[in-house]
Amino acid sequence: MIIKGKVHKFGEDINTDDIIAAKYLISTDAKELGSHCMETIAPDFAKKVQAGDIIVAGKNFGCGSSREHAPLAIKGCGVSAVIAKSFAGIFFRNSINIGLPFLKLENTNEIKDGDLVEIDLANGIIKNITQNKTYQTEPFPDFLREIIEKGGLINYVKQRGK
Amino acid sequence: MGYTIAEKILMAHAGAKSIKPDQFIEVKVDVALGNDITAPIAISEFKKSGLKKVFDNKKIVLVPDHFAPAKDLRSANQCKVLADFAQEQKIKNYFEVGCMGIEHALLPEKGIVLPGDLVIGADSHTCTYGALGAYACGVGSTDLARAFIDGKCWFKVPGQIKFIYKGKLKKWVSGKDLILFTIGQIGVDGAIYKVMEFSGPVIKKLSMDDRFSMSNMAIEAGGRAGLIECDEITAAYCKNRAKRKYKIYKSDPDAQYEKIYEWDISDLAPQVACPHLPSNVKPASELGNIKLDQIVIGSCTNGRISDLRIAAKILKGKKIKPGLRLIIFPATQDIYLQSVKEGLVEIFVKAGGIFSTPTCGPCLGGHMGILADGEVCLATTNRNFLGRMGSPKSFVYLSSPAVAAASAITGKITPP
Repeated sequence: MIIKGKVHKFGEDINTDDIIAAKYLISTDAKELGSHCMETIAPDFAKKVQAGDIIVAGKNFGCGSSREHAPLAIKGCGVSAVIAKSFAGIFFRNSINIGLPFLKLENTNEIKDGDLVEIDLANGIIKNITQNKTYQTEPFPDFLREIIEKGGLINYVKQRGK
Repeated sequence: MGYTIAEKILMAHAGAKSIKPDQFIEVKVDVALGNDITAPIAISEFKKSGLKKVFDNKKIVLVPDHFAPAKDLRSANQCKVLADFAQEQKIKNYFEVGCMGIEHALLPEKGIVLPGDLVIGADSHTCTYGALGAYACGVGSTDLARAFIDGKCWFKVPGQIKFIYKGKLKKWVSGKDLILFTIGQIGVDGAIYKVMEFSGPVIKKLSMDDRFSMSNMAIEAGGRAGLIECDEITAAYCKNRAKRKYKIYKSDPDAQYEKIYEWDISDLAPQVACPHLPSNVKPASELGNIKLDQIVIGSCTNGRISDLRIAAKILKGKKIKPGLRLIIFPATQDIYLQSVKEGLVEIFVKAGGIFSTPTCGPCLGGHMGILADGEVCLATTNRNFLGRMGSPKSFVYLSSPAVAAASAITGKITPP
């Protein structure tokens, strides 16, 4: 799967309250949640973001709450993937379970806001087209790839049987 | 090779004879928990799977506590999803308003979670039960839906970090100060995807309430779980609560830790986490003149009876600073009743505070104490992220109940 989009740059320790504030957790609809994505720290983000765009951030992305509304909001506003230095534990598993692509990359500092980036998910390759730079990330372990390929955790469990 | 408490519980629930960090395992869960924010997604995913019955209705716990008692129509509808599902699936451990408490205080109190258990909860502060010597961690709604289907959950085995606390705690210094200090030392990602094991002579003497308060905030350092070995204090807590047998696990002397932190905390003063991260920690005495608009005492971190007793001890016969709002919310109905019986509520109300029904409300900016633009709050809760309790232009400081109560009298952050 090849993903291509414009980069929206965020800092370190982006927490789930930043991604979707608790006052919006009265909805479970990805589109509605998406319309408030990152509102606290970037009020115009949800309006600016275009389908296919990519979030690039520093360490500990998605720290805080277990709310699956966070990766849902990111998907719901059209973001196609998240690249960060590291991911918080619950955000990591939620993203796998709902099929939000994400990649761990140490050098996210080099990627700038507005850069055009292409991701080869199967091979873990990130290509910064604007800067003409390529990065190799660690591909997902087989177990996680299987969940993603089956279309998320519930499908994985159903197809495998009890 | 030796193993830690956490690894032993994981192995027992995975049916594995050995285990190592980063390995993927599937475990059988003893308890699967959801609340009014996370369970609606799980229930909808479960229904989409086409299955009619949950794997075991005795192992599922549903607690509407975040926006309950329902703050508006949409949250009322979310709470109703839980009530309807509980009725349909005959889930006994559904706690309607009146029986309801903040989930992470309620489950141990009711004896639903016991030492040696493996618990998943669609709430990040599920790690609280680590204080009982259980492996408990926050997961997402889809994980919960999957547990509804087959009672299992996938884990990437976390690495282990040990924390040893030596010395003697000074007066007014609590488990909350220990955990704030710890997060201040290691940072909000200091234990990212690791198990934190709290140990040492200081922990041995700590009350269960203080232990819950420590394990509760393991997630604020990125920890997957925050465990404390089950001892006589744990056993005494479980004695009249446990309705089934439980198993005690202890870490082997040759267990493998990626890191060991050892601190003498004899000089530790009351700690405060400053905006906007739980790791931005300073001694309360060094904060200078920080004027407060609101103080919140309660939550899954510090809404237990000993927390309220400490606050009442400081506030007895005193008045809070005029213009300040003091909101106190007990974590469960039992704690509420106990506070009434002991006269704590009278102390709070006479001091000028309000005493609320149990709810997560103000902690996550849900209801019962939302902050306006520019307002400053000192809370005994667990997160002070930007906008956490309301306006993105507000400021949240975190402390123990003792610091919060002392600050209510002066109207600025004050050590007791």
